[in-house]
Amino acid sequence: MAKDKSVFSPIGAWKYLTKKPVTIPKTLVFDTPREASDNYRGFHINDWDKCVGCGTCAEICPTNAINMIEIPTLEQSKGNKPERPAIDYGRCSFCALCVDICTSDSLSMSKEYIHLSKDADTFYFLPEIDGIHEIEYKDGYVRDEVSELLDLERYKMDEIKHDGRAESFMEIIKGYSKEMAIAEASRCVECGICTFTCPAHMNIPEYIKSVWTENMEEGIDYLYKTNPLSNVCGRVCTHTCESACVIGNRGKPVAIRWLKRYIIDNTPKEDFERVVLSNVSEKINGKVGIIGGGPAGLSCAYYLRTLGYEVDIYEEKPLLGGAVRYGVPEYRLPEESVKEDVEMIRKMGVNFIVNTKVGRDISFDEIKNTHDAVFSGTGNWIPKKLRVKNVDHPDIRFAAKFLQESRDYSRNLGEMPEFEDDLIVIGGGDVSFDVARSLLRLQTIKNGKTNIKFIARKPSQFLACDPEEFEEGTEEGLKFHLDRSPVEILIDDNNKIYGVKVARCTSVMTESGKAKTTCTDETEEIYAKEVFMSVGSDPDFEYFTDEIIDNLEISRNKIKVKEDGQVEGYPWLFAGGDITRGPDIITAVADGHKAAMGIDEYLYNKAKNKN
Amino acid sequence: MKEVKLFLGPQHPGMHGNYSVHMYVDGDIIKKANPMPGMLHRGFEKLMERRYWMGNIALIPRICVVEPDINEMVYAMGVEKLAKIEVPERAHWIRMIILELARLAIHLMSFGGIGGPTGLYTASYWSVADRDLILDIFEKITGARVYHMYIVAGGVRKDLPKGIEEEIIKFLDYIETRFPEYEELILKNPIIHARLKDNILLPKEVVHELGVTGIGMRSAFNKANDIRKVKPYARYDQVEFDVPFGPYSDAYTRVSYKLIEMKQSVRIIRQSLEKMPKEGPVRVSYSTGNAIRWTVPSGMVYPVIESSRGEYGYLMVSDGSDKPYRIAVRGASYPQGLLGVEKYLPGHRIDDASIWMATMDVCAPEIDR
Repeated sequence: MAKDKSVFSPIGAWKYLTKKPVTIPKTLVFDTPREASDNYRGFHINDWDKCVGCGTCAEICPTNAINMIEIPTLEQSKGNKPERPAIDYGRCSFCALCVDICTSDSLSMSKEYIHLSKDADTFYFLPEIDGIHEIEYKDGYVRDEVSELLDLERYKMDEIKHDGRAESFMEIIKGYSKEMAIAEASRCVECGICTFTCPAHMNIPEYIKSVWTENMEEGIDYLYKTNPLSNVCGRVCTHTCESACVIGNRGKPVAIRWLKRYIIDNTPKEDFERVVLSNVSEKINGKVGIIGGGPAGLSCAYYLRTLGYEVDIYEEKPLLGGAVRYGVPEYRLPEESVKEDVEMIRKMGVNFIVNTKVGRDISFDEIKNTHDAVFSGTGNWIPKKLRVKNVDHPDIRFAAKFLQESRDYSRNLGEMPEFEDDLIVIGGGDVSFDVARSLLRLQTIKNGKTNIKFIARKPSQFLACDPEEFEEGTEEGLKFHLDRSPVEILIDDNNKIYGVKVARCTSVMTESGKAKTTCTDETEEIYAKEVFMSVGSDPDFEYFTDEIIDNLEISRNKIKVKEDGQVEGYPWLFAGGDITRGPDIITAVADGHKAAMGIDEYLYNKAKNKN
Repeated sequence: MKEVKLFLGPQHPGMHGNYSVHMYVDGDIIKKANPMPGMLHRGFEKLMERRYWMGNIALIPRICVVEPDINEMVYAMGVEKLAKIEVPERAHWIRMIILELARLAIHLMSFGGIGGPTGLYTASYWSVADRDLILDIFEKITGARVYHMYIVAGGVRKDLPKGIEEEIIKFLDYIETRFPEYEELILKNPIIHARLKDNILLPKEVVHELGVTGIGMRSAFNKANDIRKVKPYARYDQVEFDVPFGPYSDAYTRVSYKLIEMKQSVRIIRQSLEKMPKEGPVRVSYSTGNAIRWTVPSGMVYPVIESSRGEYGYLMVSDGSDKPYRIAVRGASYPQGLLGVEKYLPGHRIDDASIWMATMDVCAPEIDR
């Protein structure tokens, strides 16, 4: 082969004389760098308006190049951490996993790829919208649905199908199977933004991880650190955590509430008891009286017991649990669940004194004199009334009383409440749906058919209730009259109610975003034989002594208290739950927890100063 | 006669990668050779155990610098076997295109690289410039030039950009016009003939003894032992290509086989572009949840593919968690690069040492890992 070459073969190489070199001169590289391809992985861009500081990019980064830096100018808010990713280009390998997993769609990469500096610190950089050198550069690598690293779809929860659902008070939600729960738990990115949002600051990422690692006892432990009513909250919490969940920025949030419920439902009873009761301390010399055995009172009692105090709970009704025992209907919260939570607290050694209304059966002073500190969590039980004509008619029914009757009926402790077969429910919040859907079930049980008209001032997307309630209510056959503001309860000559006169609403908000209903003059009449009203409720402070009532700072029916629930001017008196904040269960639980710590602090200092 | 100790590498232009051989020479004959790995040891196998299954794709390509895609492919195959998932059809073909482009790139580099130890620098200049055109294509497809991080478990990371097929075909047409030029420049060059013909032989017994695979094995054994033929992965069973093999292995044969394989790679890419489904998914998820919590079912697999230097595989063990339990890398050039250097480099002349390294296909990083 080599010998075949002719003498003239070098002439063949002459054609290269006319060709240009492929090497790019150095000067050109810096002055006019070659434009990179369309999905080039260059330096990072981070849109701070979208970024929520969840830190998932830092978590996945294989080279640990990303640090979350606290930004003093940013404020922590719901669903947003005041942190932003800073990237160390000494470590970064430009793999773009951070871009693929970004929960808020804020990170991307530009086509910029040249950075020269003698100063090593410039390679550590906090990306913003304008890139590393603040020169306009085109976007390079962006995530698409193929390179997606998050799981945006929630795993479907089994429910009882809506046909036939309204025939009984069976719980609608069936709960996750093990496989489903682990799959759902694997969607969590452990950012902890939910923890900040939760009123009780529950250790949400930790217990979700316990589900994922199948370590139920650890999960229980995490739950009870901040919430002794986990069984209840796993079913009927308002789950503000889920609305803050970062997965919800682009997809459906993690089903935090159902996972909590899964832990409670799937831990063997003896393990559960062992874990919870291991928190109880030796009794110490201190006695606390708690007025009202609702979520706030129970939570306060639990944490005081873990600190070793003796606790007495005074409850006016025969059963503990307050709003969760006498308010929430059975199909959302089975009796068993509340019972378990309450029993657990009883087992810890808390004294329950039931059927005892403070101010009627026992005076407030007596409680004060026999205890070192008092916590009051009596909640809101006096129904509010709309300011419409004829609202004082005695036949109008209100939510609190009806729900108690209905709840007692469903747990076989009372008769079926009386009702007509043609009804109107006025409301719009969760409670009004509880009323309407309980009535649906009662009507079905009694007559086999339903006729319930639901009047609310707001359109469906602005209703104050959980969207699920509206959906399920529609499935079950509520007849909605939305955007209607009641103006008069219609009464005939025999002083019987025969309907409600409503005006059409045009907007429920002023332009500045304040809530204000504006209605037209156009009215219509909706007929029914009975009207249920569920538009909120007010607290009852009658049991306090007159002197305390005079000194309480009450604004908009809420007692003003310090951060830990201590009432101004009365260091031994603490309050929490719906009478101070509200209005949901988890807030009450949080208040109880805080008050327990406040009481402990107060009694500790008191004892210290004595000696 | 006194022996002199000479260092070949790690800073020697004739050395492949940061690798060093301590040679004891008598005159110009090597009497003893001590391979000194370790300059490149980054502890990959341990690092992989500390990273998420997905996070590893940023680390793995670095095991072999010039041919990163084989690592991604092996890793992805392993995870797919463990998780028992089927990759979408289109992804298989995209992977083949990527792998064959990568084979072209590394063969160009090592084929032209023979110019280094022989002093024929034109070859190196040409081949590196042509290889850059492949990197341009990679950049358009994957977003990076060298470490692509593109083949992931369950498919590929992104779909092919629009119009890339024409660009690939354009490049293939161009590179096919270059092959005769390379042949003229390198294979028909009298200097190359003088230096490479009948030099650095690789007998059958040595192949057996060391466990050499790839071109070295095929050129000595007279058998087409190519994993793409013997144990096809991706869709290699659906494309036609030939594998060069022969009974006599000297340095020249081994270099010339690279050119033949390049021509075959071009054939494979052309067929892939034709047979590929034009639409369809390119990635499936192998676990639930987000990438931080992807788990792989427990088990142990040894996926293996044909790299430019021979059989390349990972022994992967999973215990069902979110990180690998153990991954051991079987570098294709481990046998000849470590044991071979020690045993069979002595007896050659000093000036052949770097040719030995080049034509035996020693790739330092996969020895060091």
